Amino acid sequence: MSMLAGQWNYFLVIALMMIGFYTVIARGNMVKKMVGLTIFQTSVFMLYISMGKIANGTAPILTDAAQKAYANPLPHVLILTAIVVGVATTAVGYALIISVYESYGTIEDDELIKIIEAEEDEGADA
Amino acid sequence: MMQHLPILQIIVPLLGAPLAALLRGRDLAWGLALLLTGVAFLISVVLFGQQKIAGEALIYELGGWPAPIGIVYVIDAASALVLPVVSGIAFVATIAARRLVEAEIDARDHALFYAAWLLTIAGMLGQVTTGDAFNIFVFLEISSLSAYALVAMGAGRDRRALPAAFNYLILGTVGATFYVIGVGLLYMLTGTLNLMDLSERLADVESTRAVFTALAFIALGLFLKMALFPLHFWLVPAYAHAPSAVSALMAATATKVSVYVLIRLIFGVFGIEFPGLADAVGLLVLTLGIAGAFVGTLAAILETDLKKLFAQSSIAQLGYMAIGIGAMSATGLAAAFIHLFNHALMKGALFLAIGAIAAQAGRASMHTIEGAGRQIPITMTAILVGGLALIGVPLTAGFISKLYLIRALLEQDFWMLAGLTFISSALALAYVWKIIEAAWLKERPEGAPVLTESPVQYVPAWLMVVATIGFGIFSAPLVEAACAAANVFIGGAR
Repeated sequence: MSMLAGQWNYFLVIALMMIGFYTVIARGNMVKKMVGLTIFQTSVFMLYISMGKIANGTAPILTDAAQKAYANPLPHVLILTAIVVGVATTAVGYALIISVYESYGTIEDDELIKIIEAEEDEGADA
Repeated sequence: MMQHLPILQIIVPLLGAPLAALLRGRDLAWGLALLLTGVAFLISVVLFGQQKIAGEALIYELGGWPAPIGIVYVIDAASALVLPVVSGIAFVATIAARRLVEAEIDARDHALFYAAWLLTIAGMLGQVTTGDAFNIFVFLEISSLSAYALVAMGAGRDRRALPAAFNYLILGTVGATFYVIGVGLLYMLTGTLNLMDLSERLADVESTRAVFTALAFIALGLFLKMALFPLHFWLVPAYAHAPSAVSALMAATATKVSVYVLIRLIFGVFGIEFPGLADAVGLLVLTLGIAGAFVGTLAAILETDLKKLFAQSSIAQLGYMAIGIGAMSATGLAAAFIHLFNHALMKGALFLAIGAIAAQAGRASMHTIEGAGRQIPITMTAILVGGLALIGVPLTAGFISKLYLIRALLEQDFWMLAGLTFISSALALAYVWKIIEAAWLKERPEGAPVLTESPVQYVPAWLMVVATIGFGIFSAPLVEAACAAANVFIGGAR
């Protein structure tokens, strides 16, 4: 019980990670896949952010006050970069989904596979 | 100026990217890409020379901050070998790209194409040079994100490029995120991201469960990125439906850089002596490698589309690199580096030659090349020599790869694996023969479009073919460089 109480943030991270990863694998709808991917990435952001946190620690700004504990800013900075990467990935992903929909009229994996296979069979005959 | 070369190596193509996007004229954008990849190639050749003369790792401190506080770029024997491969192939592919891009991509998008092109090259060069675990992730994503866009640009000619690019994005991002999770765990354990610092501090926490978890996440993420069997399903559609120039660049370089990063992390950070590494990772990589060699080769034999055929063969070739890594010895690692170098040349040549056909005929299948041996002999001969090098025929560079690979396996008494490697290489003859049969033994069908060839198209491919033969005959410098690269991680390669 103490393990759960003391490290609840990690359990939350793992839960989110699995929810996101499962959604990416199990869902055939491209938008749902992207949502899963975003949840998956966010869980990693939380992993990094919570590792920098120290009990009673504040932002690492040197002042005259007698503050002794500071949060580690490095993981936070790293995640700032990772968030930017995540936003870019999401943007490219949704742009691709829009193009797929305009071209094929569907964003369901199984329907897409059927269309592609039908086209490839035609191509092989020609 | 000279001491800033490690950073210029990356900055030059990186800053070229927005510049190329601003140049609306397509010839201007291409000219800029050609110039900058040429400069990048020159820089990596100079760096290779500098490193060789120095005989030790050149460390470049970004902003003058020493490691482990700042990020450092490391030019050691390993990165000095891989840099010219990436930038050299990028340069040659850029020469060929002009015709291919004109044929396959809407004129409005050319400037943006070259912007993404330069970005992906900058990202790959960055992954090779950097000595910081998180910096690798950033460069990995720079190269991957632009690669997704480049693959999707194939949609103008082949709309299947869009779902292929999407699946590539999903799996690529999952792979990169796995890598970040692993790096995060390592940071929690050690408080550092510098690769050299990490390897020193890991000794204090080895044999803990968290370290193994980190190793598993990093290895799995990179297996996905390097398309190791059975995590290779994104690769074939992505390479097959991408614009021909992109297929050539990516098939030759993208997965190789991931192989390099895997070697750097596994051997450079965890180290060969890390408890459990040789058993767990070594055995896994070895098994997946040999399985990939067979699955890729057999799938290639059944394929009729040439781009898909050689993409499947890439799975097999990556399997051979994995076998070299999995041998967990200096010779094995040297074999992996030799094959990384050679395979980049062979696949670059093959995809450029096939691209030249696909750009004219709309696609390149066994049907398209029927009787083409007499119509476009120079291009088809390039494909033939490239195919022979893939099998590992003597006098081609592929032979040297296989020689060292089998030597590494025999050193460890893996007789059966050596035999399997030999058999799977011999099986590759089947798909090369299919091409010979279609191109030379069949007559050109009535009414088939007349294929033409011009020096602009076949000279870049032949540059790489000549290099393949050159390094096959005069292999000593390559072997020496690869052994030096292996010695960075495990001593004793010769």
